[in-house]
Amino acid sequence: MSLAKPDAQDLSKKQKLAVGMGVIGLFILVLALFNLDLPNTSIFLTVSLLLISVGTILFANDAYLTKLKGIKNDGVWFKSISSRGSLGWITGIVLTSFYVVLYFYEGLLGAGVDGAANTGLIGLFDPLSQLLSGRPASQWFVYGTLYTIAILAFGYKFILKYRHNRYEQIRTISVMFFQLAFAFLIPEFMYVMNSDLPYYDLKNVWPLNYYNFEQYRINSFINGGTIGMVMLIFGIVSIFVITPILTFKFGKRWYCSWVCGCGGLAETAGDSFRHLSDKSQSAWKIERWVIHSVLVFVVLMTTAVIYTYLGYDPDKYWLTRDVFLFSVAGFLTLIFALVMIFKRNELGKDARYGAIGYFAIIIALIAIHLFSSKTKLFIFEAETLRTSYGFLIGAIFSGVIGTGFYPIFGNRVWCRFGCPMAAILGFQQRMFSRFRITTNGGQCISCGNCSTYCEMGIDVRAYAQKGENIVRSSCVGCGICSAVCPRGVLKLENDSMKGRINPTEVLLGNDVDLMDLVNQK
Amino acid sequence: MEHIVIIGNGISGVTLARHIRKLSDKKITIVSAETDYFFSRTALMYVYMGHMKFEHTQPYEDWFWRKNRIELVRGYVHHIDTDNKVLKINERDFLSYDKLVIATGSKPNKFGWPGQDLLGVQGLYSKQDLDALEKNAPNNDVCKRAVIVGGGLIGIELAEMLNSRHIPVTFLVRESSFWNGVLPQGESAMINRHIKNHHIDLRLSTNLKEIKSDDNGRVKSIIIEETGEEISCDVVGLTAGVSPNIDFIKSSNIETGRGVKVNRYLETNIPDVYAIGDCAEQHEAIENRRPIEAVWYTGRMMGETLAQTICGNRIQYKPGHWFNSAKFLDIEYQTYGWVFSEKSKQDHEQHFHWKHEDDTKCITVAYHKDTNEFLGINTFGIRMRHETFDTWLTEHRDIDYVMNHLIEANFDPEFYKHFEKDILSAYNNQLQTA
Repeated sequence: MSLAKPDAQDLSKKQKLAVGMGVIGLFILVLALFNLDLPNTSIFLTVSLLLISVGTILFANDAYLTKLKGIKNDGVWFKSISSRGSLGWITGIVLTSFYVVLYFYEGLLGAGVDGAANTGLIGLFDPLSQLLSGRPASQWFVYGTLYTIAILAFGYKFILKYRHNRYEQIRTISVMFFQLAFAFLIPEFMYVMNSDLPYYDLKNVWPLNYYNFEQYRINSFINGGTIGMVMLIFGIVSIFVITPILTFKFGKRWYCSWVCGCGGLAETAGDSFRHLSDKSQSAWKIERWVIHSVLVFVVLMTTAVIYTYLGYDPDKYWLTRDVFLFSVAGFLTLIFALVMIFKRNELGKDARYGAIGYFAIIIALIAIHLFSSKTKLFIFEAETLRTSYGFLIGAIFSGVIGTGFYPIFGNRVWCRFGCPMAAILGFQQRMFSRFRITTNGGQCISCGNCSTYCEMGIDVRAYAQKGENIVRSSCVGCGICSAVCPRGVLKLENDSMKGRINPTEVLLGNDVDLMDLVNQK
Repeated sequence: MEHIVIIGNGISGVTLARHIRKLSDKKITIVSAETDYFFSRTALMYVYMGHMKFEHTQPYEDWFWRKNRIELVRGYVHHIDTDNKVLKINERDFLSYDKLVIATGSKPNKFGWPGQDLLGVQGLYSKQDLDALEKNAPNNDVCKRAVIVGGGLIGIELAEMLNSRHIPVTFLVRESSFWNGVLPQGESAMINRHIKNHHIDLRLSTNLKEIKSDDNGRVKSIIIEETGEEISCDVVGLTAGVSPNIDFIKSSNIETGRGVKVNRYLETNIPDVYAIGDCAEQHEAIENRRPIEAVWYTGRMMGETLAQTICGNRIQYKPGHWFNSAKFLDIEYQTYGWVFSEKSKQDHEQHFHWKHEDDTKCITVAYHKDTNEFLGINTFGIRMRHETFDTWLTEHRDIDYVMNHLIEANFDPEFYKHFEKDILSAYNNQLQTA
């Protein structure tokens, strides 16, 4: 297109003022970061966090409350921040650098080494950490606080933006609640109650919290008395009972866009970037390979890590290395067999890939059994496998790329390409769930709003214009496709499994005989 | 191999091509003067508003066409030689065909207003119109005010577009209320108020007299017929309906009226030449439909139908129950079955109307006053299920049944407030007082 990008609408005076407040709030953090000696850190911290929150709130008020209710996407592709313009790139680079420092150079943030007092940015957060749990802050406390504030402030903005849409509002209140209570406050309070317990965000389910079954955590759970055991059992029940039941009833959205913290940030602070996800078919192909490879990786890594700290002697403890390996293999075989028997047709060509993944894991498990010593798996230390996963997936993928690249690749890069939890939930959603997005007969006009605003890069229109329901493993059920549809074509629903997947050739509204002729093969 | 040539790459032509490919191995060529690839015309407004980029309006990726062996030719057809089965494209190229399908859509109406061809005066139909609007009205410095002439679906879309860039809009509507040739009074009046709430200067019962030019041949102002008032403006949008885009056919033997004349099989008077979509004109209207249906869905359905005929299963164009949809600024509209406005309805058609107090939601249900048969529904601000109404229309349900089962048809997102109870009690009250 030869057209130059039209001017973005200027910000109103109030919006400029609000942005200014937020920037000053951030600037205080930057000052602290550069170790400027701020007197009375609690006041500066309060002022900074208040300025950031109030700035966002005032901005949202002026942007949305001054207009009638409805879809608010005017100028999205003209604004520099939301169309990969210079502001977008700068934001991306700043965020990415922040994550690199956070994960690998926490010293730069002012973390005190060997019991020394915190300085800099982390020092600034000491008063709040002392208030909540009576200990000095860490870089993760700083991160958690900023993360929570981002979800709360931008959640407020999102609620105003969609104030005509109760699904969006309730969903957003839910992610705001789970972030504030489960991810931020409860772990701090639990530390106050029992400082032996490991940090545990109860809504974080394995394999998203891939570290949950590492030896040091298992030890602290076991040493943590009844509460510790309850937490450990809850962690296991979450995986095998709670998650499958909820996913069957509601689809993976119950987690990904209602509960999850990564999803929470993506849906609130990341909302302005949702349209930047790649919708091409090639991106879909890459997505499926990458996310399922991560899943295989995390299953093997976790199995190996647990394997190495289990014993050989069944008299000491019933769960020995061999019992454990055989249960993992048995469980996977059971799932594989059930899917192949009952869902083979729905899988189509994908069945082959599923089989490859399955056999890769089983062979690896056998190899572990045959060739491993007390600490080694083949030639690798289990510890090496664990740290590589932590580095590659936990830090680089979910943090640096996943969030740092929001303004470039969209807000769900991690959830779409990387999250092994999303892969498991998605698999169940595709195979065994009542959830689908229903297409409303022949009403689609192929406009493309649904596809454009799908953060997961699903080409929603491709289904809608065929009158076909959308049953995709990656769909997180955010409901935005339905919201932006100008013709009321899409509806997120939980209904019976029968007729959930319904490809049609000729759409409703045409000659009944023709529809019969063509659609019923 | 039989060569099917389709003129026009809109929804009708592309649907036809896709379905022919599904059914056969025939050679397929689509000729378009407008764009290289198919795009959704109804989505052009969102490009100007910054909701989407132009490429997002294209439903298929570029590799789709090669993969499905659908040849795309960019060019303007000047003449159709039906004796030799040859098209003349771009003055010098020739393309021969075995079967020809005309699917060239519409063009904006111009009713001979003085000044209608000035710079800054335009319609809103094609990609070229969108490009022109981007040039004529990039912002409210260049375009200090725009005047829109014609109160239909395109007119209100254009108003919404300009509004999104804070360009003041004066909206001239000939009728006494917005689109009241189609919408019943209660709905039309609600939309009038909604338009005004968006700070659009809506002028009802107002006609355009002339468009005045500045020294450079650009529009400077318009004069209103009724009052003689002069309104200065930089852009005039002509949105008084569309008519078939068939000027290039006039030099051929193909019979035309307002559109290309076709029978129920979508065949023209010339063998192996067909017409579908906006440009096709039925010899006689089908049931309550118009002879020319300029609607996305009917274009698509004609494409689905004609593919059967071309691939050896000759069938009539026999659309099912009428449905349509639109969006008026923030208010979505859907219709199933037939609801006519007071102007055009017949005596037997009676209406039940319900409107929510927030003035953004209402429904009108049409029924036969003697038999109580349900005839159709218009719904504003409440989404309803196509399949449910299609079934009820086929089953000839009466209005009592529909009103009592309305909740089954609800298609609003989860957690939305429901209004079926309010609607039913209003219906029962009205029936008792009537």
